[in-house]
Amino acid sequence: MTASSTGEIFPPPNSVGLVKPEICQFTQPLQLASGNVLHDWQLMIETYGKLNADASNAVLICHALSGNHHAAGYHSEEDTKPGWWDAYIGPGKPIDTRHFFVVALNNLGGCHGSTGPSSINPVTGKPFGPDFPVLTVSDWVDSQALLADRLGIQQWAAVVGGSLGGMQVLEWSLRYPQRLGHAVVVASSPKLSAQNIAFNEVARQAIMSDPDFRDGRYQEAEVIPRHGVALARMVGHITYLSEHSMGEKFGRDLRTDKLNYGYDVDFQVESYLRYQGKSFSERFDANTYLLMTKALDYFDPAEAFDGDLVKALAPIQCRFLVVSFSTDWRFSPRHSEELVNALTAAQKRVSYARIKSPHGHDAFLIPDQRYEAVFTAYMQRVAKETRQGEVS
Amino acid sequence: MRQDLTIIANLVKPTSRVLDLACGDGELLHYLEEHKSVTGYGLEIDAEQITACIARGVDVLEQDLNRGLSNFADGSYDTVIMTQALQVLRRQDLALDEMLRVGKEAIVTFPNFAHWTNRFYLSWKGQMPMSKTLPHQWYDTPNIHLFTFKDFEALCMEKGIKILDRAVGDFAYQSHWKARLWPNLFGEVAIYRIGR
Repeated sequence: MTASSTGEIFPPPNSVGLVKPEICQFTQPLQLASGNVLHDWQLMIETYGKLNADASNAVLICHALSGNHHAAGYHSEEDTKPGWWDAYIGPGKPIDTRHFFVVALNNLGGCHGSTGPSSINPVTGKPFGPDFPVLTVSDWVDSQALLADRLGIQQWAAVVGGSLGGMQVLEWSLRYPQRLGHAVVVASSPKLSAQNIAFNEVARQAIMSDPDFRDGRYQEAEVIPRHGVALARMVGHITYLSEHSMGEKFGRDLRTDKLNYGYDVDFQVESYLRYQGKSFSERFDANTYLLMTKALDYFDPAEAFDGDLVKALAPIQCRFLVVSFSTDWRFSPRHSEELVNALTAAQKRVSYARIKSPHGHDAFLIPDQRYEAVFTAYMQRVAKETRQGEVS
Repeated sequence: MRQDLTIIANLVKPTSRVLDLACGDGELLHYLEEHKSVTGYGLEIDAEQITACIARGVDVLEQDLNRGLSNFADGSYDTVIMTQALQVLRRQDLALDEMLRVGKEAIVTFPNFAHWTNRFYLSWKGQMPMSKTLPHQWYDTPNIHLFTFKDFEALCMEKGIKILDRAVGDFAYQSHWKARLWPNLFGEVAIYRIGR
């Protein structure tokens, strides 16, 4: 422990502390749902905790639309913010790194170090841009299975994820039923509704209609479609919050003390959204955003079974914890309950909690007493099983 | 383990599929899983009880029973159980319909409002009875539909529900000759196994 420049003790208590991302290179060809094949590819990963002798304590974290491998801890003592799920990963936290070996990655197609649209295409020597193949949730899960092989993990103690991450968890349970003991699906859905797809389409249109998008070849032209990405993020951000939480945070507060009778920022909420959009556009690749939203839209494991989700879930062998949040309207509790009802109809093991929270979809990232209690209770059962595994 | 849970456990067939409505902390379901190899789920709305079930490893689903069981198919469970919760629901008649739609049979337990102590309390004190089984004040009680063994059996008769088994006892489910002889007066709680 050291004291940082601000005088606070680093790392904060219950933090995994300083973490370092690693690159995993793969030369196994990855057959994609689109028919394309990725030959040389890499994943950026982070791990927390220690893998035990029989590799039974590994937990995979699947990220959501704009997430990445940096799920917990800090990259430097000067970091102002920890990883995106730091509230739930660390010593003494629900995903307790004293028991679990936690693996987080940046998905393929991402823009934080894993092979994606902004990587160099070895064939042309230029960035892939729009030529990077559209990926699906099953492609991600296949790549994560190869990562598990690489790390010597035959079976995950649990695969865990929120939102789009939860879809990867569900796909894991269907595609590799023997390779996970538990599935934790938070604020997610077995498929998008028309409204969800509509919001994604608005986001894509915002990006693609930016003059700087240049049909996705903006990198070669050395420009960034900032405006489009910012707009996409603004729309997305509204759907992550609840009317209540936005009201609590901003109300009708004005940025200055009077109305301007013009079309620039009057209200605090406008200024906040612009800031969120702008900062996002500086760190997130436009083509990756398009790709991630398409993967969301395409996900529908029931589709191959004439829309019968119960039939689709037949291969499942693991146990499930499903969690939803009362004010989430992006993936409302109804989405989670659709999954839960199909799981019970398929006679699969599942527990379900509907957490009362004012925070909308974002609730899955935010500390909450009941959510933590449920999550901790479940993960402690998982930890107990892995310890029993060590004894036998 | 609570006495009523032991009696209920004896009424449940091994390896059957069970739904436990208002399952509390999952004690019964856990016992049934361990000793009778049953499979199934507990339904509960209380946050702390749900966490307790999860901590025990019992599969629990957060669900408000007043909204029915429409998410469960007809005849999809062997036994649907509800212990000491029927009286807190809004519509007992609809709840029984739902239980016997989803389950081939049902087991219910509830406090008997016609127990002599309650009759005595009401007639002598002129106030709503309070006891170990009914510890709440009239204004804050969750027991919004108190009823008697006779009421329950009349409802079953009206609905064509068969009473397959009945065990009547005091709060600790100790059977007494008086309760056997005159259950509606001397029985404090009852366990009914019902079917169509």
